[in-house]
Amino acid sequence: MVKALHIVVDDCTGCQQCEMACSYKHEGVFNPAKSRIKVFEFKDQGRSVPYTCTQCSDAWCMQACPVDAISVNTQTGAKEVSGDLCVGCKVCTIACPFGTINYNHTSGKVDKCDLCGGEPACVEICPTPALTFIDAETTGMEKMRYWAEKTDQGQTAQT
Amino acid sequence: MALTNKVLRVNLSNGTCESEATNAEWAKKYLGQRGLATKYMVEEVDPKVDALSADNKLIFATGPLTGTAAPTSGRWSVITKSPLTGAIACSNSGGFFGAEMKNAGWDMIIFEGKSDGPVYLDITNDQAELKDASNMWGKTVWETEDMLREIRGDNDIRCASIGPAGESGVLFAAVVNDKDRAAGRSGVGTVMGSKNLKAIAVRGTVGTQVGDAMKFMQAAGAAKQILADNAVTGEGLPTYGTQVLMNVINETGALPTRNANDVQFEGASKIGGEAMHEIRESDGQANLVSNNACFGCPISCARISKIDPEHFTVKGRPEYQINSGGLEYESAWSLGAATGVDDLEALTYCNFICNELGMDPISLGSTIAAAMDLYKEGAITDEDTGGMKLEFGNTKALVAIVEATGRGEGFGVEIGQGSRRMCEKYGRPELSMTVKSQEFPAYDPRGIQGMGLTYATSNRGACHLRSYTVASEVLGIPEKTDPLTPDGKAGLVKAFQDATAVVDSSGTCIFTTFALTMDDIAPMIDADLEGDWSSETLMELGERVWNLERKFNMDAGLTAADDTLPQRLLKEAAKTGPAKGKVNELDKMLPEYYELRGWTADGVPSNETLDRLKL
Repeated sequence: MVKALHIVVDDCTGCQQCEMACSYKHEGVFNPAKSRIKVFEFKDQGRSVPYTCTQCSDAWCMQACPVDAISVNTQTGAKEVSGDLCVGCKVCTIACPFGTINYNHTSGKVDKCDLCGGEPACVEICPTPALTFIDAETTGMEKMRYWAEKTDQGQTAQT
Repeated sequence: MALTNKVLRVNLSNGTCESEATNAEWAKKYLGQRGLATKYMVEEVDPKVDALSADNKLIFATGPLTGTAAPTSGRWSVITKSPLTGAIACSNSGGFFGAEMKNAGWDMIIFEGKSDGPVYLDITNDQAELKDASNMWGKTVWETEDMLREIRGDNDIRCASIGPAGESGVLFAAVVNDKDRAAGRSGVGTVMGSKNLKAIAVRGTVGTQVGDAMKFMQAAGAAKQILADNAVTGEGLPTYGTQVLMNVINETGALPTRNANDVQFEGASKIGGEAMHEIRESDGQANLVSNNACFGCPISCARISKIDPEHFTVKGRPEYQINSGGLEYESAWSLGAATGVDDLEALTYCNFICNELGMDPISLGSTIAAAMDLYKEGAITDEDTGGMKLEFGNTKALVAIVEATGRGEGFGVEIGQGSRRMCEKYGRPELSMTVKSQEFPAYDPRGIQGMGLTYATSNRGACHLRSYTVASEVLGIPEKTDPLTPDGKAGLVKAFQDATAVVDSSGTCIFTTFALTMDDIAPMIDADLEGDWSSETLMELGERVWNLERKFNMDAGLTAADDTLPQRLLKEAAKTGPAKGKVNELDKMLPEYYELRGWTADGVPSNETLDRLKL
């Protein structure tokens, strides 16, 4: 079963524990600036939104890489950057439509979410249900259940 | 290890910013944040100094856990001598500023001297520079943050600033960070204003290291699990915020109402946590939009609120029809129950104004309540107030005086001096609900006896965050004690005071202690820092910090005579509720407290105590 990082925005409180877990796991330091998952705060909307790589099937970063430094982990489905191969050309950062692969000036290479080899540290530390790691084929189920419950509750939709 | 071992010393008189090593010996004895900064104050500042002179210093301090993955690791403090109380001030805040400062590589920033003109401090990691803030002077906290982001062209900076209240000398001006978190109490923002320091903007991308990371993550993980499983930190605070207390404390008969003329407020249920969840008829929305976490916090007690767009305070004013920091229990009490106003939307608006203009809502609300008492008694009239009808329960008058105070206009200038000075000016000092000139918060010591001793002995003037015996006396944490008896409260207060001093020196939030004991906290600090840190060493450290603060205050000229309560709490019995007929029995607790502290009958730490604590 391929699992996906599932983000439920309404449950995020903006505490940034995920950013600390991510930076600790990958860089050995608590440092949101080096995290591969970012929580964006939109105070005017009263929302905090975690954002990271969605692991596209046909990944643009992987297609764009001129040295084949990005490959698929067949166990997790994650697109992983090989530190040995990456030359830091940053073409992938231009190719990615979502901005979730970024250059790390300390290493001179690019960083992106690698799902921690199948045990995402951000999910482990998240104090709310905002981040979960679930069957990729069922990420829409809770949303469907939510809307299903609202369907024809004795009233018809006003048209 | 999770000290950065760097202090940024900023001399505002000559415009220099210099890095120096954190005093490692002091850090071993005082940990960080509140404790360590107090040590710097004691060593570098004459306690008798005029708090608003260039000779006072202003310290922004983080703790060893600030910026780490410890739960509630966003805490930081402002330490200075208070212009309101004349005592040591340590005001604690959350949000994201403190972690950003730590991640930029600084344990503390020490401001000394006074700038000729308005400046702000601009920090990117180890680069720090004072810059001209002439165009920000007079701007609100919210405008200042927006301007700094614009100037820096960086949305990720974090800011702490003062608003017009801090500039105009309101004695309870706050330092506000992240727009709605505040180092609120004791006028730390007033000191900042007196130095012509408008703001600090910081971006930190260095990060925070801990000593033994594996051990640390285990200890932090265990602590988080305890917080998640606890009814207060895992459920009550996330759902209702601190406002979970409004109805509870009202039923306890300990909600100071109308300047403590009463101990129960008939409008409490209209302004509490449950009311914030209720759907309004006008727009089909609730006052509460969402809860919001500070950096690293799994509890997430902060509230984001939106005022009813049709409410008179914001109608036709889109700039206030926004989501921003909502009511906490303290602000709902001070602006509401203390003044007799039960209009939730108006109180939310007043709280917005406190954040926007940079004021402590506790001191503000309590001082307005005292003014209403003066007005009722005829000690002030329409002539003094400029026609403002300062009657208890008058919502429009409350809103008008809150705005006037923050802007330094009209009778607001008198309110801005705080309750003690105002009541003395108008010849009725007994109507001031203060200890050491600081307004007491939302717990009436007639209904919760231990809070009387808490207020009387707090080193920063009346305050609930120095020993929150409410936890034991009302909530039963760690064990239930009878709120109506003074028996055993001296020991309880001492234990809470010492433990709180530890938490406030660590970089985490006192709210964790609803669930965590020192045995849960010590392993995080032990994994974080060099040396052996146990519950025992930490509790002794807390006691040391408490005595050091006491020493500063005594040297500043305070005495045992200042360890008292307003006469109303000692002489006028509670009229209703479980505490009906009770006054606070401070005289039964204070001598025992001095003895337990190892102080003389005059409240002075004995030589043996000072030796034992290596002071």
